[in-house]
Amino acid sequence: MADEQKPEGGLPPSGQPPEPAAPASKAAVPKPPAAAAKPPAAAPKPPAQMAVSAWESELTRRLAGQFGDQITQFSSYQGQNFLVARPEAVIPILDCLKLEADFDYLVDITAVDYPKRPERFDLVYILYSFARNERIRVKTMIAEGYQPRTATEVHLTANWLEREVYDMFGIRFAGHPDLRRILMPDEWEGHPLRKDYSIIKQDDRWVKESLGIDSAQ
Amino acid sequence: MAEATFLDSTELVLNMGPQHPSTHGVLRVILKLDGEKVLGADCVVGYLHRGVEKIGENRTYAQFAPYVDRLDYVAAVSNGLGYCLAVEKLLNVEVPPRAQVVRVILTELNRIASHLVWLGTHALDIGAITPVFYCFREREATINIFEKYCGARLTTHAFRIGGLQYELYDGFEDEVRAFCKMFRPKVDEYEELLTGNRIWQGRLKGVGVLTAEDCKAYGVTGPLLRAAGVKWDIRKAQPYSGYEQYDFEIPTGENGDTFDRYTVRMQEMRQSVRIIEQAVERIPDGPIMGKVPKVIKPPVGEVYVSIEAPKGELGYFIVSDGSTQPYRVRIRPPSFINLQALDKMVRGGLIADVVAVVGTIDIVLGEVDR
Repeated sequence: MADEQKPEGGLPPSGQPPEPAAPASKAAVPKPPAAAAKPPAAAPKPPAQMAVSAWESELTRRLAGQFGDQITQFSSYQGQNFLVARPEAVIPILDCLKLEADFDYLVDITAVDYPKRPERFDLVYILYSFARNERIRVKTMIAEGYQPRTATEVHLTANWLEREVYDMFGIRFAGHPDLRRILMPDEWEGHPLRKDYSIIKQDDRWVKESLGIDSAQ
Repeated sequence: MAEATFLDSTELVLNMGPQHPSTHGVLRVILKLDGEKVLGADCVVGYLHRGVEKIGENRTYAQFAPYVDRLDYVAAVSNGLGYCLAVEKLLNVEVPPRAQVVRVILTELNRIASHLVWLGTHALDIGAITPVFYCFREREATINIFEKYCGARLTTHAFRIGGLQYELYDGFEDEVRAFCKMFRPKVDEYEELLTGNRIWQGRLKGVGVLTAEDCKAYGVTGPLLRAAGVKWDIRKAQPYSGYEQYDFEIPTGENGDTFDRYTVRMQEMRQSVRIIEQAVERIPDGPIMGKVPKVIKPPVGEVYVSIEAPKGELGYFIVSDGSTQPYRVRIRPPSFINLQALDKMVRGGLIADVVAVVGTIDIVLGEVDR
């Protein structure tokens, strides 16, 4: 701040008073309207939701027929299709998609934390089909403490992916063959990608015991 | 305590790494051995974990872009491309044609650089010392082009959300043409050194076999999948950045062994040269930056965008809550997921083959650990 003020103070003697004056007045003018414009911009904030369109195809009709109200939503956003299912239906859906619709490649499993929601986590499975050249996502919402079934029985690759989700979010997968931490140290306390885990937080006890220092920051 | 004799065939647990010259970084593999035979391998990763995804949630969209270069640091341009494409998808921004062609040229140059690092170190691990010097000599030429273009050699941050920051420098096209002309015979030179070499063949053929079914089950992509005979490349299957306009082939193997992966990557370098040669002749005039707002604030939504990185499918799953910072950035790292198949590939083989297999997966620990 002090550096910014210095050149400003030095400008008028250099013989260009109108120039620094103009930006100063410009900067001063928009400020009150910007402050005034803020409340109306904040007012329509609550309905901020994904602007999804419906996803309808031969596949969705078949899945809707088979799983009924287990699947709550078929949607498309930016041309990317996804479905939202109840947590207990996810593994049967993955299995069905693999065996009957050629979605034989589980691209990724990940989670998103929404601490204010009663169903705290979004669990996202990204699937791809080589035969159809199509990519879809299976999404589910789970509450804190809920243990979703492991996907390793359908896709072997889920092993490390679920270990990472457990490591980062603390979601335990029921029936997982080897549910250990994968990126963080085994004895670490806490799950770093949760929203209530601050970016500078660390496990003080672990850092002290393992590294012999007070802080790794 | 029972007395051990030399004829005992008890299981031996051997720790390899994390500080080991042929694990290509801080990878630790716990091997279970019966004599020289590998009974199983357990990878311990995370030594290089920097919490990149967490950092992403605490930076603005533009601020996070340089961080992704630190994932797969030998292919930083690819990482940047994937991230920019994902944010552009969220913003619904179109990248001008000139920027797209330049992106393709730089990304393919980077693919060559990444494959050269793989080839040099892989050959070095197996005992062929010469190729690494040749490979790094040619890689230097690609790096010089990056340096001249954007000032950085390794973690380039070459692209910006919406296009490019910098116009091409004078003589860029000529330098790229000269590189292609120089590089094409060099691939033959490497092949002369290695492909027909009996020791090379003996160490690679039939080692670390991964069938197409295994690849799909483990989510393995990139050259590993293609070496198993699956003709799948995201540049062809779901083209981005105008890849559909270029004439190139997807090299595949048959056996899915380490030797096939070697030949696939050698062919890929030639195909990359082919793409670059076509692209450099058709750089259109025009703007290099799309219509991106000063403050990047994508609407609420989530997208998954993936590209064919040198190591496989590199994906970004980004969730926006309508603010200036991503709500969640998930990076789908090809190295991490391909590494999971290590146990399958080395099981039943010899301990010396573990080094060959770790080399052939082509991992970069910065990407595995993020």
